[in-house]
Amino acid sequence: MSRVMIYKRFERFWHWFQALLIFSLLFTGFEIHGSYSVLGFGEAARLHTLAAWALIILWLFAIFWHITTGEWRQYIPTKNGLFAVMRYYLIGTFTGEAHPYRKTTRAKHNPLQRLAYLFFKLMITPVIWLSGLLYLFYSDWPATLSGVLALETVALIHTAAAFAMLIFIIAHVYMATMGPKLTSLIKPMVTGYEDLEDSR
Amino acid sequence: MKIPGWKYLVRFGRPGARIVLAGALICSGFAVSGAERPPATADHSKFEALEGPFQNARDVTEACLGCHTEAGEQIRETTHWTWTYEHPETGQTLGKSEVINSFCGMAITNEPRCTSCHVGYGWQDMGQPPPTADNAVDCLVCHDTTGDYWKFPTLAGYPTDKPREWPKGSGIMVQPPDLENIAQNVGASGRANCGSCHFYGGGGDGVKHGDLDSSLVDPPRTLDVHMSPDGLDFACADCHTSWGHQVAGSRYQATAADTLGIDVPGHTDFSRASCQSCHGDSPHPQQKLNDHVDTLACQTCHVPEFARGGVPTKTWWDWSTAGRLDENGGPITEYDEHGHPSYLSEKGNFRHGENVVPTYAWFDGTVKYTLVDERLDVEHPPVAINRVEGSPDDPGSRIWPFKVMEGKQPYDTERETLLATHVFGADDTSLWSNFSWPKALMAGSEMSGMPFSGNYDFIETTMHWPVTHMVPPAEQALDCASCHASNSRLAGLPGIYMPGHNGNRWLDRVGWLLVALTLAGVVLHGLARIVLKGRKSS
Repeated sequence: MSRVMIYKRFERFWHWFQALLIFSLLFTGFEIHGSYSVLGFGEAARLHTLAAWALIILWLFAIFWHITTGEWRQYIPTKNGLFAVMRYYLIGTFTGEAHPYRKTTRAKHNPLQRLAYLFFKLMITPVIWLSGLLYLFYSDWPATLSGVLALETVALIHTAAAFAMLIFIIAHVYMATMGPKLTSLIKPMVTGYEDLEDSR
Repeated sequence: MKIPGWKYLVRFGRPGARIVLAGALICSGFAVSGAERPPATADHSKFEALEGPFQNARDVTEACLGCHTEAGEQIRETTHWTWTYEHPETGQTLGKSEVINSFCGMAITNEPRCTSCHVGYGWQDMGQPPPTADNAVDCLVCHDTTGDYWKFPTLAGYPTDKPREWPKGSGIMVQPPDLENIAQNVGASGRANCGSCHFYGGGGDGVKHGDLDSSLVDPPRTLDVHMSPDGLDFACADCHTSWGHQVAGSRYQATAADTLGIDVPGHTDFSRASCQSCHGDSPHPQQKLNDHVDTLACQTCHVPEFARGGVPTKTWWDWSTAGRLDENGGPITEYDEHGHPSYLSEKGNFRHGENVVPTYAWFDGTVKYTLVDERLDVEHPPVAINRVEGSPDDPGSRIWPFKVMEGKQPYDTERETLLATHVFGADDTSLWSNFSWPKALMAGSEMSGMPFSGNYDFIETTMHWPVTHMVPPAEQALDCASCHASNSRLAGLPGIYMPGHNGNRWLDRVGWLLVALTLAGVVLHGLARIVLKGRKSS
């Protein structure tokens, strides 16, 4: 066993700041949607826009980081071991099997995580951003765009993506508790360090 | 010679003087605060021609025209005089001499009561054009500054020339105005001048418009930030600018969307009768609010309610119940819980409103009337006495606030047209003297020249009145959730998608169902882990 830095400082900052922003966006977003009334529509809309801009800026940095460090390779999907991981979450976790995946610094996500995060990054997020920006700048749409696209369509896509985001978060938060101990997987996301088995 | 302190005076005198001067300028700036008017160039009390004595109001007009040689002719060109209006969009001939409304019907069947608001003297018979004599123009109704001048309600535009009782039976005697004093104190029109007619449309204070009543003579800032003496102290004419006595601003052809922006003198349309004329078309510091101006009229958010000045406005007028008398054959008056009349034998049933939330509609500025000779769709009441045109697809339309006047009024069941009613007059046909509908309708037909089959009934009608006055300070404007909510003020309006108000029921159902299933899955999975782990360890 050796103690290694598995989540770099920026990566952790990115993750937790993003988490805060996404929770804020979900909370204000569903208020804007009319699901409840806590802050008031105007305040909710103001905070929602603010958090959205902050998230966009954060993501620009994150994209830059992923490219320059080569960390984007962590998300390349693989079928190798995918079914073993799925089987573990459906059966093995109850029967006391060990997790079939061995984490390394060069492959810190298991095949299921890779797929889930890739889906998050390439599907949910782009859709929610693109629809959100179209929504935000609705008044400035050029005539060619307003001729073919209705605000209602954009709004429904944005809402659907928000539901997908909420569902992702629920599953993500729950699965973060599925290490050997409740906090085993969360601790490295805070400290950055994890004890990995020495690779043979 | 040595002056004590000279050194200090030299040293600090000039900057000190500057500070004092700057302070004085700042203070004087606060003192005028835009409310002061420039001084007049003429003191009318110094004009020989205005010394009098004047036999009657027409003599005053003659004196006015002695200097203001073109004013009479100018007035006779205006809608204020002709009471006719050729609508440029619909081609309809409108104006007070043509239209029928849902209050007392038509002016043409009720002179000299209605013509008491004509800007002239002696229009006794609206079958004829207004009187043509030069001195028949009424200068004083608009230019009196004493508040003493009052066109008596039943004298076809004249003030009374002897003490007269008004209202009838009240015992209050109205004294003839002091024409000499009034003539020597003429000036620019103030709120009370315009208000002497426009606040009392429909036969009483605030009855007709809802956003125009006597509370605007001296309004608090919270009622009208522009007209309040504590605010900008605007006269009506500060926005309703005039050009040779032609006053800007029309209800028949309104400027629903003024896209010219701020009116720079010498450019644009010389009219300040729109919010944008002064405020431009992006007046908010927050861009998101400015994004609303291509959809909403300013008034939609900035006039949250009308009839806010303590004067109720009529919202329902059911003529069909008029004529019910007490056991002695005398007229009945009943009041609602707020002390407003709810029934009068002369007029039927009423409903009044204060602090009324407007009705909203798309409006491009054009108002089309159902004229008295037009065939009605009697199968589908209510009949729209007027219709405001506009649609969400039209870039010139905005969502506007309206007072919607509702009620029931007589129509010809055979000819299927509205009927003019002769309500006023000390004769044996008027409704208010005789309480007989057949007589009043027959007389109305004769006076208006519109045929009447003799068969009548009452039909429900609606009438739209654009709301634009009674603008409170910005902090009293509507907040976002007034519209962006499920119980929105704009509910039912076509062509809008508003977050917080609209949505897709199925998307929400499926979305929340999936969220619930995920949560349930997570909880079950977690419980199973706990239970099985306990079993393993035991």
